[in-house]
Amino acid sequence: MFEITTTRHNPLIDPSLAVWSWEIPVYLFAGGLVAGMMILGGLAMLRAARGDDPRTYFSLHTPLLAFVLINLGMGALFLDLAHKLYVWRVFLTFQPGSPMSWGSWVLIAVYGALLASALIRLPQAWPWLGQRVPLLQRLSDWLLASAGRVKALGWANIALGTGLGIYTGILLNTMVARPLWNSAILGPLFLVSGLSAGAAAMHVASIFLPRRPPPQGMIGGAVSALCQQLGDEPPERRTVDGLIRADLLFLAVELVLLGLLVVNLQTSSASHIAAAALIVSGPYAWAFWGVIIALGILVPLALQGLELGHRIPHTILPALLVLVGGFALRWVMVNAGQASHIVHAAGL
Amino acid sequence: MLTSFAAPNGGAQCPTGGRAGTDMSRFGMVIDTRKCVGCMDCVVACQTENDVPAGYCRDWITTEVRGQFPAVSMEIRSERCNHCDNPPCVSCCPTGASHVAEPGHVVLVTADKCIGCKACIAACPYDARYVHPDGYVDKCTFCHHRTKEGKDPACVSVCPTHCMYFGDLDDPKSKVNELLRTRKFHTLLPEAGTRPRVFYLT
Repeated sequence: MFEITTTRHNPLIDPSLAVWSWEIPVYLFAGGLVAGMMILGGLAMLRAARGDDPRTYFSLHTPLLAFVLINLGMGALFLDLAHKLYVWRVFLTFQPGSPMSWGSWVLIAVYGALLASALIRLPQAWPWLGQRVPLLQRLSDWLLASAGRVKALGWANIALGTGLGIYTGILLNTMVARPLWNSAILGPLFLVSGLSAGAAAMHVASIFLPRRPPPQGMIGGAVSALCQQLGDEPPERRTVDGLIRADLLFLAVELVLLGLLVVNLQTSSASHIAAAALIVSGPYAWAFWGVIIALGILVPLALQGLELGHRIPHTILPALLVLVGGFALRWVMVNAGQASHIVHAAGL
Repeated sequence: MLTSFAAPNGGAQCPTGGRAGTDMSRFGMVIDTRKCVGCMDCVVACQTENDVPAGYCRDWITTEVRGQFPAVSMEIRSERCNHCDNPPCVSCCPTGASHVAEPGHVVLVTADKCIGCKACIAACPYDARYVHPDGYVDKCTFCHHRTKEGKDPACVSVCPTHCMYFGDLDDPKSKVNELLRTRKFHTLLPEAGTRPRVFYLT
């Protein structure tokens, strides 16, 4: 027999840690999504700087959408803070040992890169704003006048997107007290999941492309600027196929990394094996196998494979499923991670 | 706040020698589980001394029973923040609110630097922290306001069985060091690598 009883009764701590609710999964999902969009957008900028037709790359046209999404994520994070009025304290210091401190400063740079990227096409996509603030037009012209500047912005997007994507995983990874999170695989896993979610978000956004003629006024122009139209014609088939191929690759890598995470935990200490059981066969197994693996990866892989082979028509269903799976991954990891704990040796 | 907790064994026998700790001190606590009866005086003393809000606790009693009848053993422990030498709650804090303070090298939280992100709570293997109703994260301070003046923490002062000892682990002549030299002891979750500074004599 091994039995522990305690008189401790602190709210959100006992009987099981539950300090993070829906806000942190939303924040991590939005962060990963935007990270993916930034990397894909950055790659498109490098191609555009090399001379490719920028209209070919839809990812070039969604930085403002990414800006809105990252603000939604930051809004969720703010709601999670228990001492909200002191949030500015984060920006008075830099704590090199704290992933959250790194993330806060990276997010400042992310905001700058997203706004600069949006500026490239903002005056054309939202004429109402471009006419009233001529400075935006001049800045846009200045950015586009040099391939070197577009290239630099592209690299900035890739570097910051990679940093942001990995950060969302490392944030959990560094907490020794929660065995489910004690794997450095979480960094690349969340990054690749963010890439697949970013590609999926662009797929979904593409159906909301403004129809001809796009709205130009104050409100309609602002909304249509979120996914700036590529031109009079819909995206070329090969562009869409390219995005699907990229998503297939991301999903396959994500599946491998999830497998490695489980192997990593299952072959580690008793605490880690117990943590793995939470998602593999315990209370979170339905979400892990059913939503993350099946609905979020396997079904989209199959559907997109069939789409590429022109066996079924192209729809946004796989993209929607990828987004659901991406959020479920964060939800499961945050909640099951809090439920995991170091197993007392005497209790084995 | 109660300020009348006189050290039951007198200042001269206080593990810190009745003197304020120095910047070289490394405070620690030793609890004799053979004497502890789980009366919870330490819990009540802490709540009174530190104005701990109702429904919360900075220290608590854990009872561990193991074995098969008739060979059953029970250990009663008074638990709290372990003021670890390698505190994960400090390294993960994005604002520096969670920090190591002198004298005594104790882990404290500066309330008006804390944003309530709760990373430190998730990082603590002992679940020793909680969110204070005012929003900041709170925990045992080893009664720093008392110990920096050479007094014992409130919990140690009131213990009716005198099973708790407080002192400087870096002072070879301290009572806590003497106990750790002469008695068997264990710490909580040493495998977490946090190097806790609350020791339990067995």
